[in-house]
Amino acid sequence: MSPQLVVTLLVLAPLLGAIIAGLGVRRIGDVPAMAITTGLLFFACALGWTAFIQVIWGGWPARFTVELAPFIDVGAFRSTWSIRIDSLSAVMLVVVTTVSALVHLYSWGYMADDPYKPRFFAYLSLFTFFMLALVTAADFMQLFFGWEGVGLASYLLIGFWYQKDTANAAAIKAFVVNRVGDAGFALGIMTVFWAFGTIRFAEIFPQVPAHARALWRFAGQDLKLMDLACCLLFIGAMGKSAQFLLHTWLPDAMEGPTPVSALIHAATMVTAGVYMVCLLSPMFEYAPIAKDLVTVVGAVTALFAATIGLAQNDIKRVVAYSTCSQLGYMFFAAGVGAYPAAMFHLFTHAFFKALLFLGAGAVINAVHHEQDMRKMGGLYKVLPITYAIMLVGTLSITGVGIPGIDLGFSGFYSKDAIIDAAFVAGRTDGISNFAFFAGLIAAGLTSFYSWRLIFMTFHGTPTWGHGAAHGGADHAHADAGHADPGHDAHGHGDEPPREAPWNMRGPLLLLALGAVAAGGVFAEAFIGPDRADFWRGAVFNLPGDHILDALKSVPPAVVWGPLVVTAIGFGVAWYVYVLREGLGARLARGPVWAFLYNKWYFDEIYDFIFVRGAKALGDLFWKGGDKALIDGLGPDGVSAVSMIVGKATGRLQTGYVYHYAFVMLLGIAGLLSFALWAFR
Amino acid sequence: MTIGLSHYLTVAAILFTIGVLGIFVNRRNVIVILMSIELILLAVNINLVSFSVFLHDVVGQIYALVVLTVAAAEAAVGLAILVTFFRWRGSIAVDDASVMRG
Repeated sequence: MSPQLVVTLLVLAPLLGAIIAGLGVRRIGDVPAMAITTGLLFFACALGWTAFIQVIWGGWPARFTVELAPFIDVGAFRSTWSIRIDSLSAVMLVVVTTVSALVHLYSWGYMADDPYKPRFFAYLSLFTFFMLALVTAADFMQLFFGWEGVGLASYLLIGFWYQKDTANAAAIKAFVVNRVGDAGFALGIMTVFWAFGTIRFAEIFPQVPAHARALWRFAGQDLKLMDLACCLLFIGAMGKSAQFLLHTWLPDAMEGPTPVSALIHAATMVTAGVYMVCLLSPMFEYAPIAKDLVTVVGAVTALFAATIGLAQNDIKRVVAYSTCSQLGYMFFAAGVGAYPAAMFHLFTHAFFKALLFLGAGAVINAVHHEQDMRKMGGLYKVLPITYAIMLVGTLSITGVGIPGIDLGFSGFYSKDAIIDAAFVAGRTDGISNFAFFAGLIAAGLTSFYSWRLIFMTFHGTPTWGHGAAHGGADHAHADAGHADPGHDAHGHGDEPPREAPWNMRGPLLLLALGAVAAGGVFAEAFIGPDRADFWRGAVFNLPGDHILDALKSVPPAVVWGPLVVTAIGFGVAWYVYVLREGLGARLARGPVWAFLYNKWYFDEIYDFIFVRGAKALGDLFWKGGDKALIDGLGPDGVSAVSMIVGKATGRLQTGYVYHYAFVMLLGIAGLLSFALWAFR
Repeated sequence: MTIGLSHYLTVAAILFTIGVLGIFVNRRNVIVILMSIELILLAVNINLVSFSVFLHDVVGQIYALVVLTVAAAEAAVGLAILVTFFRWRGSIAVDDASVMRG
């Protein structure tokens, strides 16, 4: 097959699956719908690996674009449905199709009791198609199309259990918060079009150096064009990737089924922002202020989300905040110019985070849809395989590895590379220095909350079973089972936890393989000295920027630093949750804990400022403007006046004959008097 | 004292005033209203006849006959309406006849 045909089939296969499963629901039944979508996804996955290997080591051209059909053609604003393949999109193709295929398979087991399986699989495949359209976009318009498409799929899947009020609210929240980012993204696209007169990446990037110093006079201010465009585009990335200030939707998105959390809200969609920043590296490299913004936001998010993760009790929320934090790492890596490191972390993170989520899903499934870690404990005896898998994921996310001999789990290679890169950039730049320290501290916090999850779930005294899973504290999750009629068949907490079926364990084992090995196998290719052969110009650095070459020359303290803080985090978690079991529960009564548990009160602040503010503004315009002013002076006012006039004149009609006669007489007298006066 | 035109006119004016007041002041009986209208028409007739004599013009007297005829017809129609009204409402009190009140 020609390369063009391969990538075309690769992108369109999930769409075909979505159409068949989504529109043929009643006719083809559950199992065929699931088999078709999953089969097409594994087909796409095979093609994805083919494309990846062929583009990077094989005989395919380093970059090529397949143009399928015109999309928008208005003057200079030209957009084409196209599939742009280079190293960067090939990496994403692998990540997206692999995780998606495994999640499809996993869902066979996880959603086994759900009555709406074809709909679920159709949404998953639809999401995959949109994500592939996003990563293969050759212009901003298709990028935006994919961007909004994955947002739509995310909305549909968060609200998949639509009988649950919390799921609907979370879906709407995700949609609305993303609109804030998308407003910035759309403005960024307009700025780019205004500046370059085109939205095609291939035509924009060569022009960027010429526009590097261009100014745009706006509202009496001279704005640097590239900085402006990149800052606006980055706002879009912040929304999609749940960065600081726009992060509030991601934890709530955990209302969706767990496979969705793994696929969309951990491995793929939320990394779209990182992908975009790396894709647009030729622009960001000429936008120093925007790069600083990326660094600061990424570093703050890495630290901030990690602190919240310390205090959460919902197993999925811990992993969600961990995702948020890891995305922060990727962003500040991109911000300091280490785009390959950012993409490498995206790549490894996809494996170990999907693993953690799917492992958490296996735990949740085993304890009958209980998500509160306080009601688990001691599960390692009954769930040994899940325990081993979660351990692998945790070792990987905490970046365990030995720097001296360069051997460790996946997260070790990518995270340490990011922290080292921030250190190298920090030699000349205060902001990068901040990112370095934020990343280092966040690594310690990551270790603490990840091990806390393991200890609370798998160690300690068992608190599950015999009605314990039905505690009143967490009704929202208890309802999750009831909203979904099929789950009632579980018998709720009366049977002991069981290991997941093979179709859930299979994907977990494959992902575990990725979490162990993806880092070691690909580290040289992604960020090693020969990385130019890997990327072949897909990411861009200013000439003279050798940040990744300097990684080997960082002092030992920096090299060993992440491992040390990780060990400290592990030790503290061990002490608090295993040695002194119960200390954690006592700590949870403190004010600092409450502050972290309530996510720095961000939801409350946003509720106060934006939600109530918008409601007050709406009330003002509705009650004040519309009802009082427009209706009052318009229809309501006119009708009220005619009512009053009608009532007053109606009262003249007494009905008494003598009144009419009197008025008649007065009239005659008046007329006569007038006649006498007029004709005298 | 000779009886002149002004005396006739005075009598007519008094009759007319009594008729008008009969319409307005009366609250009890619709028949009284009809009678008051007769009084008013009578006052008009006196005016017509006295001017006719005073001006030596017979048209006034002929016109008075026309008025009498109309008054007779009016009385007939008025009493007929009154009978129907009484059958319908069971009363001919003026204050009861106010179905047109707004």
